[in-house]
Amino acid sequence: MTTILIRGARLPDATTTDLLLEGGVVTERGTSLSHRDATVIDAAGLLALPGLVDLHTHLREPGFEQSETVLTGTRAAAAGGFTAVHAMANTSPVADTAGVVEQVASLGAQHGYATVRPIGAVTVGLAGERLSEIGAMARSRAAVRVFSDDGRCVHDALLMRRALEYVATFDGVVAQHAQEPRLTEGAQMNEGALSSELGLAGWPAVAEEAIIARDVLLADAVGARLHVCHVSTAGSVEVVRWAKARGIRVTAEVTPHHLLLTEQLIAGSGDGGPYSHGYDARFKVNPPLRRDEDVQALRAALADGTIDIVATDHAPHPIETKECAWQEASFGMVGLESALSVVQAAVVDSGLLDWSDVARVLSRTPAEIGRLAGYDAPFEVGSPAHLTLVDPSASRVFDVDALRGKGLNSPYLGRTLPGRVVATIHGGVPTVLDGELRSPEEVTHG
Amino acid sequence: MPARVVLQQADVQRALTRISHEILESNRGASDLVLLGIPTRGVLLAERIAAQLAALEPGAGVVGALDVTMYRDDLDRHPTRTPSPTRLPAGGIDGKTVVLVDDVLYSGRTIRAALDAIGDLGRPRAVRLAVLVDRGHRELPIRADFVGKNLPTAAAERIFVRLTEIDGEDAVAIEGAA
Amino acid sequence: MRHLLTTVGLEHDQAVSILDVAEDMADVATRAVPKLPTLRGRTVANLFFEDSTRTRLSFEAAAKRLSADVITFSAKGSSVSKGESLKDTAQTIAAMGIDAVVLRHAASGAAEVLAGSGWIDAAVVNAGDGTHQHPTQGLLDAYTLRKTLHGDGSRGRDLDGVRVTIVGDILHSRVARSNVWLLTTLGAQVHLVGPRTLLPTGVDTWPVTTGTDLDAAIAERPDAIMMLRVQQERMHAAFFPHEREYTSAWGLDDARLERLATDTIVMHPGPMNRGLEISARAADSPRSVILDQVTNGVSIRMAVLYLVLSGSDPREVAA
Repeated sequence: MTTILIRGARLPDATTTDLLLEGGVVTERGTSLSHRDATVIDAAGLLALPGLVDLHTHLREPGFEQSETVLTGTRAAAAGGFTAVHAMANTSPVADTAGVVEQVASLGAQHGYATVRPIGAVTVGLAGERLSEIGAMARSRAAVRVFSDDGRCVHDALLMRRALEYVATFDGVVAQHAQEPRLTEGAQMNEGALSSELGLAGWPAVAEEAIIARDVLLADAVGARLHVCHVSTAGSVEVVRWAKARGIRVTAEVTPHHLLLTEQLIAGSGDGGPYSHGYDARFKVNPPLRRDEDVQALRAALADGTIDIVATDHAPHPIETKECAWQEASFGMVGLESALSVVQAAVVDSGLLDWSDVARVLSRTPAEIGRLAGYDAPFEVGSPAHLTLVDPSASRVFDVDALRGKGLNSPYLGRTLPGRVVATIHGGVPTVLDGELRSPEEVTHG
Repeated sequence: MPARVVLQQADVQRALTRISHEILESNRGASDLVLLGIPTRGVLLAERIAAQLAALEPGAGVVGALDVTMYRDDLDRHPTRTPSPTRLPAGGIDGKTVVLVDDVLYSGRTIRAALDAIGDLGRPRAVRLAVLVDRGHRELPIRADFVGKNLPTAAAERIFVRLTEIDGEDAVAIEGAA
Repeated sequence: MRHLLTTVGLEHDQAVSILDVAEDMADVATRAVPKLPTLRGRTVANLFFEDSTRTRLSFEAAAKRLSADVITFSAKGSSVSKGESLKDTAQTIAAMGIDAVVLRHAASGAAEVLAGSGWIDAAVVNAGDGTHQHPTQGLLDAYTLRKTLHGDGSRGRDLDGVRVTIVGDILHSRVARSNVWLLTTLGAQVHLVGPRTLLPTGVDTWPVTTGTDLDAAIAERPDAIMMLRVQQERMHAAFFPHEREYTSAWGLDDARLERLATDTIVMHPGPMNRGLEISARAADSPRSVILDQVTNGVSIRMAVLYLVLSGSDPREVAA
């Protein structure tokens, strides 16, 4: 395994240091470090962040390899500065047995671009009827701790209660996709004046808020831990804030796109720019893009801790499922490659979060929620060498070359975004160097 | 490049008077005569000629307007034209002698379009053509029966016909090529 | 005009000018030869991913009166019913050489997607997209109103001060949306009436007034009342309890017809559910202009096809 010496990196706490990485861990930290055989990375002007951890990634393998595979998805992750991803369960077969989650985890380990932590389905086949093999998945080599039917809501109250209780047995957490199904039948975009004008079936905020309200009360009643996926409305923020004030063990995530984009993009700007024409299916996502008031509330909630983490909900799709009429298009956008830049644009450059907050919401807390070890004391001697070097002063037009997974369904193509990942190091192994992904051979052989 | 005035107010008047007389003469009177002006300025000219005819022969000078926009063959060579109304006199044009009136005769394509339009509106006994200015450069085998003024021009030059009703004065001017 | 996708954003003068061109087109129908050579050599493709015989025939008649060639593609019984996409179908038809696409699609925004996608070069005319827009319907309604109110003096005029009440399922109506924006652009005041469940969320931000009481709206003596069709599928989706209750509250029945001001114009985009949203007497009354709407539809569509297919192509001029 390579020995790496990083010179002059600025840490999230604004101090500058050299770091020596040996055998996959941080072995020295200080100024003017030197090492005979080390590969030296000059990090002057660069920011070192702990390796980013995504709690919400769709890797699509097994079953939908035309959209993404564990390999392509973890390459996209590395390109975005991530060293660990939690792979959602809505594959085919669904990740509802120990066999599937072990397969996914081992594919991740084999490729080496990022740690892949499978998420187990809450119910068999995501059908919302019977609990899946939660215990077997928890005890498997994949050691699953996060369970989710993401893409579908566990809407049956009794089943949700049982899931919360049962998962608690294994120190796990249910990550709920909060979407009341009847209120969102055929829903296409945020319900409001714009959906009415565009003639697209509305997706009311209350369909999300009602489920979150019910679930925090259930979690309170049974004393279990609840995680709320992709919070998207100001009302949801209020519910989570209330629950936390009551001491309910709830954590919440927001996606980068819900921090930056609003429903207005669906109308088209008509200005000839990248967002000129209306009904561009790249903006079709679940939960839908909301109003500007919601975006502001989500930013504030992330800043004050009501929302704990940012998670990408990276959702690659084949291009033909986006090159069609809105109503026929798939929900979802890719997000791993752009997440850090979007967070910088939405909440760092605006002064709401500093880089230590970013380290918290994109690395330490998601690892904590997922019970992923090795992210509690980044840059400390003895800690695993998961980190990413970023040039926050860079500015780039985000284009298809920036997308390193299979999905091209990014809403940011053509848009100028701040920041650039220069290097990503996963367990002491560089997966990105000089802004370029390293080859599978280089990564597997360290 | 400044425009050069080639016909003054009096010249325009005189030309129209001559055309009026020639029409009467060739038609042997004004009976069954229908003047169809081609918008915009052709209609104004037709009305003036009709007034002169009426002065010479009471009751003469039935006027209409014939829009040819929808009959043109150059739809995608020009910005979209908004058509003007076509107005036919109460008696229609069947069996009548129609005199088409336009301001400038150039390629002949407008008149070709007008002949097609007339064909869809009825069956006149004969169709004649009166123009204030013939500037040459015909692209079709069309010629005017009554011409106010022949003005040899270069293709790059532009002709402006100004009429009191809409332009505040009667004049014909040529603007040269740069 | 490159495309006609929506009435939102159509400017006042542009809208008046479309109506004026339609006046000229209407005159053509009265001639010895009711046909113009204008679009000879042009091909118009009717792409109907959703069945609508009336609209398709109207566009077909319009294109043929302008001497265009027409090819028609109906989704029924074609590859589309089993998954061929808008993109593939449009590109296939375009490969046959077409100048304009008249698109009817069940998905809102389909016409805008096709026009903005760069998949094809042809002009796109929206002939109804989902629950979004049906701009030629809005235009023909505006034309019918103007003609009924102003007769031969219509040319050049707008609908300043005209009060129009639209009744029924506003939520799912592309006709209502097209009319709301076009009629208000032309100076009319639009009032929407229907059950709360069928008035869209956020309708208070539209340039209209709204209400739920049809009798109150009738007492205001509007210049025109437009009854919208109640779609069968709405009747079973809990928007209102049942047909009889709908008719008694929001139908233009004989009793309401009696109370209607004598000069109120009765409109309906068709096809009608007689006895449901409109009684047979109301539909056939002298105040009804429902058949005029159909006739005027052809003139409007001729005008629109002419406007999108004429005018220089800036790319060709530059070349």
